[in-house]
Amino acid sequence: MSKGFTPSPATPGVITANDLRMGHCVWMRDGRWTADPRAAELFEDEAIAELALLDAVSQADLVVGPYLVEAKRGADGRPEPAHFREAFRRSGPTHKHFQQAEAEASHV
Amino acid sequence: MFDARPQHNDQHREYLRHRTQQFRQQVQRRLDGSLTEEEFRPLRLKNGVYLQLHSYMYRVAIPYGALTPDQLRMLGHVAERWDRGYGHFTTRTNIQFHWHKLVDIPDSMEALNSVGIHSIQTSGNTIRNVNADAFAGAADDELEDPRPWAELIRIWSTDHAEFQFLPRKFKISVSAGKQDRSAVSAYDIGLRIVERDGQRGFQVWVGGGLGRTPYLGQVIRDFLPQADLLPYLEAILSVYNLTGRRDNKWKARIKITVAERGLDVFRADVEAEFAQRRQQFSGLDQEILRDLRARFAPPEFRDAPVQGYEAARAANGAFRSWTDTNLHPHRIPGYASVIVTLKAPGATPGDMSAEQMRLVADLAERLAHGDIRVNHDQNLVLPHVRKADLPELYEALRAVGLATANFGKITDIISCPGMDYCTLATARSIPIAQDIAAHFRARGLEDEIGEMKIRISGCINACGHHHLGHIGILGLDRAGVENYQITLGGDGYETPTLGQRAGAGFPADQVVPAIDRLVDAYLELRESPDERFLDAYRRLGVAPFKAALYPADA
Repeated sequence: MSKGFTPSPATPGVITANDLRMGHCVWMRDGRWTADPRAAELFEDEAIAELALLDAVSQADLVVGPYLVEAKRGADGRPEPAHFREAFRRSGPTHKHFQQAEAEASHV
Repeated sequence: MFDARPQHNDQHREYLRHRTQQFRQQVQRRLDGSLTEEEFRPLRLKNGVYLQLHSYMYRVAIPYGALTPDQLRMLGHVAERWDRGYGHFTTRTNIQFHWHKLVDIPDSMEALNSVGIHSIQTSGNTIRNVNADAFAGAADDELEDPRPWAELIRIWSTDHAEFQFLPRKFKISVSAGKQDRSAVSAYDIGLRIVERDGQRGFQVWVGGGLGRTPYLGQVIRDFLPQADLLPYLEAILSVYNLTGRRDNKWKARIKITVAERGLDVFRADVEAEFAQRRQQFSGLDQEILRDLRARFAPPEFRDAPVQGYEAARAANGAFRSWTDTNLHPHRIPGYASVIVTLKAPGATPGDMSAEQMRLVADLAERLAHGDIRVNHDQNLVLPHVRKADLPELYEALRAVGLATANFGKITDIISCPGMDYCTLATARSIPIAQDIAAHFRARGLEDEIGEMKIRISGCINACGHHHLGHIGILGLDRAGVENYQITLGGDGYETPTLGQRAGAGFPADQVVPAIDRLVDAYLELRESPDERFLDAYRRLGVAPFKAALYPADA
């Protein structure tokens, strides 16, 4: 999906990966990693994005499989997913049983 | 509790201890930067560790689906201690934990090793977990118990040096009933125990497999004497290892090797290799088999009057419905095999909580001779239960949501994890399964519809075996939107058939209405309530069902 994607002001992108030790999804901002997708840095310039991706790849002691993927700029200026796969990576599993279990766990 | 399997001997424990220690060091070397991800990935995969959408997934083998109570309890412990309190049983009778942390996996692995189970060869291009009939040793139509054979294959194939780098993964299934319950035609090798002129042997199928290019297996040997099993398997694997394609991952399974070279050419190579291999077998395998047969001796069945069972059936409609649906005939009068479906309304197909695992383990110990199986349909089976104990078992299962009377019904849906978890998926599967189950539960049509196998895969890799569903559903990504193709008329068992695609796919919110129209058409068209959907489809062909699916085109 990210193959061949080139960010631009019209189609910005984010860099995302999985945390090496824990496995959860992370997003890049200012060369560091955050578990908050809304804090991800939006790249609109191809050259800057490529440099950031090189930086991401070099952080193999922290993350696995970093890639640049299309995102949308939300009304508040923060990134929103452009594809449903990325939406599920942000939200976690969508099925009812999981959602119920998570809700119950959060009330404990 | 007596454990029938030789997995618990000292040699096996030492082997597992060594492997886990090795993996612990590999994890440490990855974390300290001594191993790159490219170097580490094949090592973790060889131990069943995948990195999925949200987390590491840890896949654990359950050879031929057989579990002891201690093992099921340990799976529950692992789910609670290192995961999110549940595990997911798969169509290959493995269990997957979807929320493991890499740093925890060696500890989790060590805990599983303590009860003799592991994750070796649950990934990679090796011989994977061996499957067998979930009713093995219990079914009334069984020629003999297939588990000693499945265990012999497991012992032979584990760490088999020649077959650690096959062109692609390789799966074997063993069936011993007059009815095939192990989908032998869908496996790389399928084995059916048969009898010819008073002699036991195997009918050997080869080249089955689903995925993006589905093939049903073909019979390569109609009758193989039992003693020749391992040399013949080695011959097939050896020929495949040398002639299987390695230039293209999508054409590397044995199904493509057999299809491209032709069965007769492939068979000739196998027979020539077999003549050589056979001489190398000294008979040790047959000695091991004799030992295995003794270890898999049946439990001491106990007589018990069934009046209480009959009285409970008469008095309790829900119990009667459960016994009508979720029992399989046992070879011993007064006994039954019980299917514990993991398909309660709203549940995720194949998921089981740690609490449920502990309860079933306790019940198996108390009421089912300590024998538990995982079946191909993502359900559990208690193969040996006295009918006299069924009322007690039912009430205990009901208390934890495990007494849903729907085995083989429209709500007993096979579903892969799909894009809710899987990094390969192109669409979600579980929510579609849940919506279909909820819909037909609400319509109260499960019993009216009768046997109906719906199977859902979230990508062309077909882990949900959609090609073999009476109704198959395949989730795809169509221009950034989830879209679901429907196939009709598939069957994985006695009359193996690949389902045929009905037409254009449906958006996610139109899948339930489409299945609803299909079911209504079937109910209208069937000759009698005894005519299953699959039979009606075969009698009438695709046209009336296609018209129901696509009314605007009719």
